[in-house]
Amino acid sequence: MDLAYSDEEEEFRGRLREWLAATLPTLPPRPDPLDWPARRAYDCGWQRRLYDAGYADVHWDASPTQRLIFLEETELAGAPYVGANFVGLLHAGPTIAAEGTPEQRDRWLPPVLRGDEVWCQGFSEPDAGSDLASLRTRAVRDGDEYVVSGQKIWTSHAEVADWCELLVRTDAGPGVSKHRGISWLAMPMDAPGVTVRPLRTLAGSTEFAEMFLDEVRVPVGNRVGDENDGWRVTMVTLSFERGTAFVGEVVACRRLLGELARTARENGTWDDPALRRRLGRLSAEFQALWRLTQANVSEAQATGGVPGAGGSVFKLHYSHARQELYEAAAGVLGPDALDLGHDWTLDRLSSLSYTIAAGTSQIQRNIVAERILGLPKGR
Amino acid sequence: MDFRLTEDQRALRKGVRELLARLFDREALRAAVDAPSPSLDRELWRELGAAGFFALRLPEEEGGVGLGLAEAVLLFEEAGRVLLPGPLVATHVAAGAVPGAAEGSTVVTEVDEGLVPWLDEADVVLGEAEGAVPLRSVDPLTPLHRVPGFVGAGSRSGTRPHGRRSVVPTLPQRGDPHAPAERMPTTGVVEDTAEVLPATEVAVLLTAAEQVGSAGRTTEMAVSYAREREQFGQVIGGFQAVKHLCAGMLVRGELARAAVRGAAVTGDPVEIAGAKLLADEAATANARDCLQVFGGMGFTWEADVHLHLKRAWVRARLRLPAARAEEVVAANL
Ligand SMILES: Cc1cc2nc3c(=O)[nH]c(=O)nc-3n(C[C@H](O)[C@H](O)[C@H](O)COP(=O)(O)OP(=O)(O)OC[C@H]3O[C@@H](n4cnc5c(N)ncnc54)[C@H](O)[C@@H]3O)c2cc1C
Repeated sequence: MDLAYSDEEEEFRGRLREWLAATLPTLPPRPDPLDWPARRAYDCGWQRRLYDAGYADVHWDASPTQRLIFLEETELAGAPYVGANFVGLLHAGPTIAAEGTPEQRDRWLPPVLRGDEVWCQGFSEPDAGSDLASLRTRAVRDGDEYVVSGQKIWTSHAEVADWCELLVRTDAGPGVSKHRGISWLAMPMDAPGVTVRPLRTLAGSTEFAEMFLDEVRVPVGNRVGDENDGWRVTMVTLSFERGTAFVGEVVACRRLLGELARTARENGTWDDPALRRRLGRLSAEFQALWRLTQANVSEAQATGGVPGAGGSVFKLHYSHARQELYEAAAGVLGPDALDLGHDWTLDRLSSLSYTIAAGTSQIQRNIVAERILGLPKGR
Repeated sequence: MDFRLTEDQRALRKGVRELLARLFDREALRAAVDAPSPSLDRELWRELGAAGFFALRLPEEEGGVGLGLAEAVLLFEEAGRVLLPGPLVATHVAAGAVPGAAEGSTVVTEVDEGLVPWLDEADVVLGEAEGAVPLRSVDPLTPLHRVPGFVGAGSRSGTRPHGRRSVVPTLPQRGDPHAPAERMPTTGVVEDTAEVLPATEVAVLLTAAEQVGSAGRTTEMAVSYAREREQFGQVIGGFQAVKHLCAGMLVRGELARAAVRGAAVTGDPVEIAGAKLLADEAATANARDCLQVFGGMGFTWEADVHLHLKRAWVRARLRLPAARAEEVVAANL
């Protein structure tokens, strides 16, 4: 039970802090949150700076503790978040790093690290959401290419992505279990036959899209992992998504709570003991979530790499606590909480997806119950 | 940073679990519950003392074990798991200050939140217990007295100021709690130095640790029951409604555990207050959910579920109850 960072880790922190202090004032102004091409340019520009300064690969090459420090410090300094590079840096990238061939790593990782190429995630389908393994997008082998047809949905950043980590069915034979027969492909978004139709979120943004695939030809060499072994590869991806992906957000929430308390003291809502106590409880929860993160990171550090089901425990509480944070904020902000021009309002709307995206809370509870507590599968 | 238990800490936890399995198994628990009136097992108390339960954090030069808060919370998690009765926290915190506490020959209790647990059985009472009257404690294994004039929840007058803590050992006549409490000279007052956390905060943290132990135990009980009990031709643990209750219990328990262990490492009073808050929530809500998973069996005197729930209620009421813990954390936002 040691929360002290080693000299090396502190040195890393110190260097990063200095660099952030020097670099952040030189960034261009933030783009309109609803303008995705502008956001892509901004996020990629930030990633390029990280690359030039030697921090680009922190998400999958550094130790889990260094990654924790990186996410903590960048958030504390108010640096941009991964944004449009989310899938490339925290999802497809780590998966290719762990499961790809040397050639695949050389082809796809450097452009992600430099901020040259953006990825999106083509997993969910209209009829395969929580039950992801029932996906039906077909890939039929034709020489050294797959011919892919089907439909994906909720594809975040598809509008601005260069590549898609795509789950397809390569064996739909009778008697093949739905978890077998899936393969993981890297699909170029500009391939003929790919049509992207943006969907509008309840926050008014087009951050995700529908994607129609009509006989799209993808080289067999773009498959990561064995044919029909994509489910296992996917599990690696998802454990990353549920593992350390939220570290920075816990730090962000603690900062937001501080801001909220300041506002409440200024506008007098702090005098309401119920509201004050609600903020106190939330603060205790985010403090505990931070400790839980450190526990998960310590575990990952010791067992080498891939985060375990502890990520589900974390995500379950985090997503609800974050939504509760915005509910409490609405109590502090009063009429401002109904003003779309107010920063908090858009964030409050976005937070509604936290209990759905990356596996709904119900699915996370299934995972906790089955994988950690050993309760029977099914129903 | 490595927030996992060290090998020594794992060994300590294992040792304590084995010790408690020997000293206070389920049979002993049920015997204590069914005794006509709660009495403190002096033999058990001395054995705990001999094992270093109370002297754990005293320096070795003073005959202690020389370990820290991080180890102490592991001990109290284990105590909470098995519902070990008695004023464990007060005696542990008094070790070194009250003669005999460290060895387990003196039972120390403390006036806290207008209540005094185990007043009749204690040798030393810290604080003003004058005029305390017994109440019929909801927890069969925690007899309680109420101190008149205490202003309750949410009131700042219930808060003890931080810093130097008045240790006022008084020796009531055993068996006669209403005898006037006599002031005794204070021995070894705990100083509030940079290194030494005020005893009040240590007590809050250790109580939280007991809650975490109980929350973990009720999760285990619910899960093992859910894996055995069958309805509609399958074990009830296969029903999602039951599974999700169990998953929720684990999440609450793990969150509180991380909070308590974090607070034990940093010793930060605000973090301790937050940990108590989450630990109270975990212990009480998990016991409630465990009761639900047990169905009718959960409502019986026979099942241990109610013992966990009632003790959790008592601990939640003592040592910085939720309303004030929330205020402490909020004040530091
Ligand atoms: C903002 C956002 C971004 C996203 N980005 C992407 C992306 O980039 N790429 C991608 O592939 N996907 C993405 N998704 C999709 C996301 O992963 C799915 O929405 C999610 O997995 C749920 O699937 P669904 O929407 O089909 O809901 P459904 O699976 O239809 O679920 C509907 C309801 O039923 C419940 N339910 C379903 N099955 C069970 C069960 N077995 N037990 C209990 N309850 C159950 C769910 O919990 C939910 O409450 C995104 C979603 C959102 C909201």
